[in-house]
Amino acid sequence: MTAETMAPAGSLLAAHDLRKAYGPTTALDGASFSIHPGEVVAVMGPSGSGKSTLLHCLAGIVPPDSGSITYNGRELATMNDSQRSALRRSEFGFVFQFGQLVPELTCVENVALPLRLNGTGRKEAERAALTWMERLEVDDLKGKRPGEVSGGQGQRVAVARALVTNPRVLFADEPTGALDSLNGERVMELLTEAARSTNAAVVLVTHEARVAAYSDREIVVRDGKSRDMERIV
Amino acid sequence: MSIGHTLLGLLESGPRHGYDLKRAFDEKFGHDRPLHYGQVYSTMSRLLKNGLVEVDGIEPGGGPERKRYAITDAGVTDVRQWLATPEKPEPYLQSTLYTKVVLALLTHRDAAGILDTQRSEHLRMMRILTDRKRKGDLADQLICDHALFHLEADLRWLELTAARLDRLAEAVTR
Amino acid sequence: MNVRQWSRDLAMGVRFAFTGGREGWVRLLLTGVGVGLGVALLLLTTAIPNALAARDDRADARWDLTEAWSDEKIPEARDDTLLIAGVPTTYHDTDVRGRELEPEGPKAPLPPGVAEFPAVGEMLVSPALEELLASDEGALLRERLPDRIVGTIGESGLIGPSELAFYRGGEGLSSHLDLGVVARVDGFGNPSTTSEPWDPVLLLLVLVVFVVLLMPVGVFIATAVRFGGERRDRRLAALRLIGSDSGMTRRIAAGEAFAGALLGLVLGAGFFLLGRQAAGSLEIYDISVYPGYLNPSPALAALVAVAVPAAAVLVTLFALRGVVIEPLGVVRTARPARRRLWWRLLLPVGGLALLVPMIGQGSENGEFNQYMVTGGVVLLLVGITALLPWVVETVVARLGSGAVSWQLAVRRLQVSSGSAARMVNGIAVAVAGAIALQMLFAGVEDEFTQMSRNDLTRAQMSVEVPSGVALGTVTGKFEATKGVDAVYAFGETYVGDTPGQDAERITEVTVGGCRALREVASLPSCRDGDVFAVSGGEWDEFTPELAKAGQKLWFDPDYGVEADSVAWTVPGDFKKGRSVEDPTGMKRGGFLITPGALPEEIDRLLGQKVYLGIDRSVPDAYEYVRNTAAAIDPYSDPLVWTSTERSGRFDSIRTGLLVGAACVLFLIGASLLVSQLEQLRERKKLLSALVAFGTRRRTLSLSVLWQTALPIVLGLALAVVVGLTLGTVLLKMTNVPLAVDWTGVLTMTGFGAAVVLAVTLLSLPPLLRLMRPEGLRTE
Repeated sequence: MTAETMAPAGSLLAAHDLRKAYGPTTALDGASFSIHPGEVVAVMGPSGSGKSTLLHCLAGIVPPDSGSITYNGRELATMNDSQRSALRRSEFGFVFQFGQLVPELTCVENVALPLRLNGTGRKEAERAALTWMERLEVDDLKGKRPGEVSGGQGQRVAVARALVTNPRVLFADEPTGALDSLNGERVMELLTEAARSTNAAVVLVTHEARVAAYSDREIVVRDGKSRDMERIV
Repeated sequence: MSIGHTLLGLLESGPRHGYDLKRAFDEKFGHDRPLHYGQVYSTMSRLLKNGLVEVDGIEPGGGPERKRYAITDAGVTDVRQWLATPEKPEPYLQSTLYTKVVLALLTHRDAAGILDTQRSEHLRMMRILTDRKRKGDLADQLICDHALFHLEADLRWLELTAARLDRLAEAVTR
Repeated sequence: MNVRQWSRDLAMGVRFAFTGGREGWVRLLLTGVGVGLGVALLLLTTAIPNALAARDDRADARWDLTEAWSDEKIPEARDDTLLIAGVPTTYHDTDVRGRELEPEGPKAPLPPGVAEFPAVGEMLVSPALEELLASDEGALLRERLPDRIVGTIGESGLIGPSELAFYRGGEGLSSHLDLGVVARVDGFGNPSTTSEPWDPVLLLLVLVVFVVLLMPVGVFIATAVRFGGERRDRRLAALRLIGSDSGMTRRIAAGEAFAGALLGLVLGAGFFLLGRQAAGSLEIYDISVYPGYLNPSPALAALVAVAVPAAAVLVTLFALRGVVIEPLGVVRTARPARRRLWWRLLLPVGGLALLVPMIGQGSENGEFNQYMVTGGVVLLLVGITALLPWVVETVVARLGSGAVSWQLAVRRLQVSSGSAARMVNGIAVAVAGAIALQMLFAGVEDEFTQMSRNDLTRAQMSVEVPSGVALGTVTGKFEATKGVDAVYAFGETYVGDTPGQDAERITEVTVGGCRALREVASLPSCRDGDVFAVSGGEWDEFTPELAKAGQKLWFDPDYGVEADSVAWTVPGDFKKGRSVEDPTGMKRGGFLITPGALPEEIDRLLGQKVYLGIDRSVPDAYEYVRNTAAAIDPYSDPLVWTSTERSGRFDSIRTGLLVGAACVLFLIGASLLVSQLEQLRERKKLLSALVAFGTRRRTLSLSVLWQTALPIVLGLALAVVVGLTLGTVLLKMTNVPLAVDWTGVLTMTGFGAAVVLAVTLLSLPPLLRLMRPEGLRTE
């Protein structure tokens, strides 16, 4: 089978029969996935089921032991580490549960960081960063350090940072895990709205149904195997 | 909750007498609400009439209670369809879901699949609510939130059940 | 606050340190190793004077008269006397101590470490020399020392395990008795062991060396007890939560540091013993010591044992001063007050104030006040540790942002400039002290070293050959030696106007071929058989009077015994020449005589001096010359000329300083590395996240480099300023003209830079490992 035949038609990012083990622990055992542009897909499943590993594989952070991942028709396995890094810098965005903002940089510098990594000048990068911070309603925090803002605010800063490069795919790993309902809801609203407005695909790893309810469809990962609920019904 | 489907499911593992069925039902599902014998009898008559069960034999000693029932092919199909159909997401579903899961385990069907299907159905409902909430006013939001939290609670229970399926399987098939 | 409460809290801290689980153990171990290294260095430093003293004792015990001119000469051979000749040589820049022994009776004294006299043609060698001679590398030396090796010299006869030394059997030494290389002794050992009082300048140097070396160790220990600070903070907050007050919490923290310091003492003792063993196989700048000599004096060791834990407690209490430990977390007084400059300046200024009054006391009337010197130097150097945080904060706050890696590093430093400065303090102090000392050495060296005037363009080696060997033979042998470009051989003696000791008018005579003679004078023409009278020589009074045709003169080689004097008449056709500088930079006067014009019997009376031009591109050229010289005369010791000759004592102090500075920098590098790794580990999740969104490894590696390099560059800059100031003051104190030893400055700053690079390089593999996506997995 070639990559084209495995990836469902029109999909932006697709994975087929991924396997990954960390030592004796099997994290993925034949998981598949696909997502279209503008689609929000929730990856659900109990802890330790391999959700995060699936996300890491899809994002090209971790190479799978076997199986194929295609982004835009390109097989990730054929790319070397720096090419995959470049892909992540320019085409992907990331939001994690916590621990992702550089504590000594100000919020606006944090948001501007991905652009700066892509070679954009400081002034221009921070201007773009500020636009995104306005959209996520955190522009008043620009001069503050992450330690000086609340969890919800910090997470919105992180979302702004993930979106600042106009990524085609946004990876969010438990983005509201450390937040209360109200803040979590707000982050999810802003995140999905922003993603929809830029036609970005969102891979949303979560175990919370209310967060998953912001998705268009969900897949379930259990014991390293994925189930695409839409296709079963 | 459908007593008929439950009794049918119990019959899948082999023909039973009416009183056996009642005992099995009480033991596995009727913890605080034992089944009345009349309910068993009337249900079985209906199933018999619909061709989902057949009388396998009659014990000597007389009396209508001494009939032994067996499930028919039509009955097996009916159980399968019932298990595969997600319940309409609404609060306090757990007894139905529980019954379904236990029956699936008893009949060696894919219990995790039942949960996944149900979650999918719940999520569909929750998406609608979330969407309504996003577009509605504050009152809408509060009402939707109430429903959302209940659905979420159900789902959490589902997840927990899914996580304990192995232990549950051990308990019900013992 | 009573003692009971203090000790209870400290004890609780100690218990916490030992029961903190795996993480606690790692922290304790880090602290222990850090403090242990410091303690080991302290012990080593306190042991070095003892080791050097023991070395001196050994050297004294084997002292014989060939090492110094002495009045006590034993005129007659007895049954308990020994003839001993110094036959030292040099091999590849390493000195080889050599003695020829000829016992004159059965009771002749044996040198220390020698069980039996070697017979003629046999020799005893030190183990190091034995090894060298047996190796390919020592082949040329083996040619020079061909005697059969019959045994080794015992440890009591050597001053270090890697000393090169030999004793060989000799005969006929009595005929050389008066030449200065042979002595008749009836025992070994320096009778006048009372050492001369130290020169005040030397004492100053030694004091400063010790202060400079020990200060950074103190700084290092202070840093080591703070390893793992951030995790400790969290634990302390938890303690506050369960109800301990802030004083208690601090003391518990101090107790943890105390535990680390105690462990450090134990480890330090272990490291010291290991290091002592290793020191035996180590040779630093020709100095090696036996492990057994390295014993710290008990008083100093006890002082170390008490001072280190006490310092640990005090440092922790001091460090927690600016920290508010709240039940829900540790708050560093949110935006710490901007560091003030004025009190930080007090320390160095105070140090200068102590030193300045002593300016100019060096060479004249001697004594420095030891306390003022030490105090002043310490204050100046401690001043660095006070000034550096201010400098780092001020400079870093003004740095603009450049590339991402630079921005990450600068921002990080802005947030924690204090801890950055703390890490570098040690390096800064060591470098400043070392620079000052280098200056002092470079300056003082000029005073203690006579400049030699040798003209290195004409000749690079000289050999003295005693009388008795024909001039032509010597020239021929050297000309045939590999690596020799040019040979200028001169016979040298004097002539007087009367025979024997009564001569009133004396002048020099130089014998040599025309080519050689033209090296010392400009001559109108020259053929063999010519005689010249030279004008323009230094110290030459009588040549014009004596240089008259028909003047009768007496060759007077031994300057005394009348019978040996040989008469010579100044020939009528002697020519005149003008003196020019000879290869040693001297202008000779007197007569220049070609061999053909010389009475035959004089030839053998001439002492000869041979100047050799060496082709330095020939490997081992010096060794070939030495071998030739040894073959001509076993007592000759060819000199290799360099532009200056250093005094031996300064060499060893300077060496000690270099070695010490290298050790200290190594230590500080280790602590920098440890805290760098700790910081990286604490940021594991962040690093993984940064990699996830596509940060290049290069960017993060560079930011680690900047983060280490920036404070070190600032620290080194400050160190250079303070070092030059201190050096200037010290030079003024010793009344020595000011000269900046830029090579020294460069060497020390180069050391510092090397440490930065090494730390960065060594923290790269763990950084790359931490950057792997596994860091994201823990959630």
